[in-house]
Amino acid sequence: MSLVFAGVCSHAPGITGRAHRADPAVRDAFYAKLGEMRERLEAARPDALIIVAAEHFANFFMNNMPAYCMGMAESYEGPIEDEEWLGIRHTTVPGDSDLSRRIIESMMGDIDLAYAEEWKFDHGIMVPLNFLTPRYDLPVIPVNVNCQGPPLTPLPRAYEFGRVLRRACDAQAERIALVGTGGISHWPATPNSGVINEAWDRDFLERFVANDRERLIAYTDAETFRDAGQGGFEIRTFITVAGATEGSTGELMFYAPIPIFAVGCTVATMNLA
Amino acid sequence: MSLYYVQKLLYQLNRDPAIRKRFEESRDDLLAEYQLTDEERDAIVDGDIGLLYVMGVNGQLLMHYAALIGQEWDQYINAMKEGVEKHGPVREGLYTLLEDRSR
Ligand SMILES: [Fe+2]
Repeated sequence: MSLVFAGVCSHAPGITGRAHRADPAVRDAFYAKLGEMRERLEAARPDALIIVAAEHFANFFMNNMPAYCMGMAESYEGPIEDEEWLGIRHTTVPGDSDLSRRIIESMMGDIDLAYAEEWKFDHGIMVPLNFLTPRYDLPVIPVNVNCQGPPLTPLPRAYEFGRVLRRACDAQAERIALVGTGGISHWPATPNSGVINEAWDRDFLERFVANDRERLIAYTDAETFRDAGQGGFEIRTFITVAGATEGSTGELMFYAPIPIFAVGCTVATMNLA
Repeated sequence: MSLYYVQKLLYQLNRDPAIRKRFEESRDDLLAEYQLTDEERDAIVDGDIGLLYVMGVNGQLLMHYAALIGQEWDQYINAMKEGVEKHGPVREGLYTLLEDRSR
């Protein structure tokens, strides 16, 4: 049928793993908006969810690093992290290998993406799923954009990847939902953990909800690293969603820095045109 | 320095229970498959998060490794700070460019 839902949300492991250490008022407001995002997702009655993530060395390493990869398995497992540490039980998540294959074949005419028939989810996918499909009853198709091991795909390519992904979705009979998950500014897993550049985030989100391609792709990686940390490289996932929803604007449902979660916690959905 | 192989070993330990089992049961055989200096080997075996950070290990690999060896969050964050105090600035990789914003 087509793309029936698109949105973005944060995925930092602290969101579930260090929930007890956050200010309950802000945390619960964030969780409530993630719940609202789930309701919007469910209301769109999707047959499958494509989740565009920036994984953290669960599957891909510098021995053979794809810029873009899509899962093509019948099922996936995760999290790779310790269950107690992440606050999420180990589970099996259903996939849809046939739909994956059709989307990949469709995209390959325009973009060289890798595929994977084995894939272990880390917090980058498990944290969003924990809130969006908590019963793990919706088939998931994972996509990874390398945001960890430079050289990284340029931002205009991430936008283009989103456009191509959209065309491939629109060519399928299924109702497809799309969620991007990443950053925004943060310095995860460094001594700067907990630092968040709220002004930079708000400026980025303004560009994102306006779906202003020129301004979304205007950052150099050196600028992003300086102003938004290594975690800022994950804007590629948001930019992919923007590319997939070109012509549509978004609605920022929630943004608040939560330092113990080490990220400015974000929930947004796109108003699909 | 063989940062690539330090990171490769951590990547595999973090994601693969079979590699973890070999690390427990036949560590020397496993480590022989990676090109590691003595300092790198010791840092991994000792779980020296501070030194591994200073060597330039990617933070995501290191965060998962710290969790794997059971370090509490604050202990893990402090270990990186103490590593820099003890061994000096990060030697290689992206974090050589990192400004300290934590204080
Ligand atoms: Fe991330």
